[in-house]
Amino acid sequence: MEKCRLVFSGSGGQGVITTAIILAEAAVLFDKIKAVQSQSYGPEARGGATRSDVIISDQQINFPKVPQPNVLVCLTQLAYNKFSTIIRPGGILITDPKYVVIESKLAARHHEIPIYKSVMDQIGLPIVCSTCLLGSVLGLTKVVQYKSIVKSLKLRFSGKILETNLKSLDLGVGLVGGFEGIDKLAM
Amino acid sequence: MEKSVKFVQGNEACVEGALYAGLDFFAGYPITPSTEIAESLSFRLPKKGGKFIQMEDEISSMCAIIGASLTGSKVMTATSGPGFSLMQESLGYAVMAEIPCVIVNVQRGGPSTGIPTHISQGDVMQARWGTHGDHSIVAMTASTHQDVFDITVDAFNISETYRTPVILLLDEVVGHLRERLDVPPPGDIPLIERLRTSCSEGIDYHPYLPREDGRLPMSDFGGVHRFNVTGLYHDMWGFPSDNPGVVQGLIRHLVDKIQNNVNLLARYKEYHLEDAECIMVSYGASARSALHVVESRRVRGEKLGLLELQTLWPFPEQIVREKCRNAKHILVVEMNTGQVMEMVKSSVDDPGKVFLANKVDGIFISPTDIRNILRVVQGKGV
Repeated sequence: MEKCRLVFSGSGGQGVITTAIILAEAAVLFDKIKAVQSQSYGPEARGGATRSDVIISDQQINFPKVPQPNVLVCLTQLAYNKFSTIIRPGGILITDPKYVVIESKLAARHHEIPIYKSVMDQIGLPIVCSTCLLGSVLGLTKVVQYKSIVKSLKLRFSGKILETNLKSLDLGVGLVGGFEGIDKLAM
Repeated sequence: MEKSVKFVQGNEACVEGALYAGLDFFAGYPITPSTEIAESLSFRLPKKGGKFIQMEDEISSMCAIIGASLTGSKVMTATSGPGFSLMQESLGYAVMAEIPCVIVNVQRGGPSTGIPTHISQGDVMQARWGTHGDHSIVAMTASTHQDVFDITVDAFNISETYRTPVILLLDEVVGHLRERLDVPPPGDIPLIERLRTSCSEGIDYHPYLPREDGRLPMSDFGGVHRFNVTGLYHDMWGFPSDNPGVVQGLIRHLVDKIQNNVNLLARYKEYHLEDAECIMVSYGASARSALHVVESRRVRGEKLGLLELQTLWPFPEQIVREKCRNAKHILVVEMNTGQVMEMVKSSVDDPGKVFLANKVDGIFISPTDIRNILRVVQGKGV
């Protein structure tokens, strides 16, 4: 597989770091491929523009940071303004129109995904927005298997909370074209 | 039993290694970027019957582990730069009184409180000479989680074998990075337990009388023997002495037990050194960036190699000299102003071929940074 380099950015508390961890963990523990995850520490992780870098690959990963991501997620205007220029030309840019207004066109495939609105309309709990984002990232990149994400979520959540998160995950996949090419049944 | 696969931070890999090695006492004062070590041990250690104490500061943390080690426990503390500075006095006590202990220093930028959440490798010389007086010490490091695990187990084994503090010099990038760790089943890595005296109760026990092989059997404090432990120069009973013969004998013993075993204590990894024209010498997180450059340039046929040091002290001079003998250029990749570079220069035959590839702004040195410096060293300009 190609090395997939992702940067998740937003504001502290939006769940961008947790999303990155769940994705990388799914790759390592359940897909049995290589992944590394790192994140910004300090005050910016508690507000301001927080950031988490993930690399997923079947090869050994030495340098763990992502100077030029294939996939860039920006969940606040501040994060977009700060990080949008680092995207690899032709990469995938994911934003939520509730938070980000695009001012200039980038040499990237831009997906404006109404994550917040869809989650509020269909689930009503803003806390699961990050799982919806995870679904959209999965749908667009197919970088890990759907069932691996589910297993990774099960490590963290159970009962009703797990159910809501799984619903949000599916919603996220649906927002970017649905389950075509994703093996949902092979659990 | 199967190995257990985890996706954890480097700090947690260190915790796994410590628990595997048989850690039973931890005292510490949480500080960024080492906090996860204390955090994780605060619930992991009591579960296996060990003791976790959050102390009032780093001075008392160091003192607490020294006391606990004397009673027979395997001990560790974890800190970062400012806390490591506070530990120096009692670290010297542990050297003098020959008390096994492991001190983890997850380095951040200094001096002083410096830059807490960013990477640096600026404490290499402090690990060597931070405490006062002539002495020798063991300091180790690692760049991947599997190596952090292995080197932590190793640190405990070395500490118990040589009755010495062992410093684990990790850094912010390795400490906070998440990646895969395979924890081997118990028994896969041999553990070394400390040598205990065979003297029974009522027999005169000499706590500081070395055996012929130089090792000193210990007796658990609070057990059957009463003996003195001091930071002063001491005789074989552990009582203070200013007898010149005793003083010289002890300092020689303290230095020789480490320095005479430099090659036994040396841990390192080598990548493509056989025919390398340019050898990078690196350690910790910086070695990851260096390896990235080496692997990507090898594909193009460039003869680059990497010598990754895992034992920094005692410095493996002979190994560095031999490995670097045929290189045209030696590039020391580190995140300080050249602390290991100076050691490499004094080790190799021609110090003029040693160059520094460093970064000291708190941002992790990248393969691009190294490649840019490499161009200049190779005479290609910017």
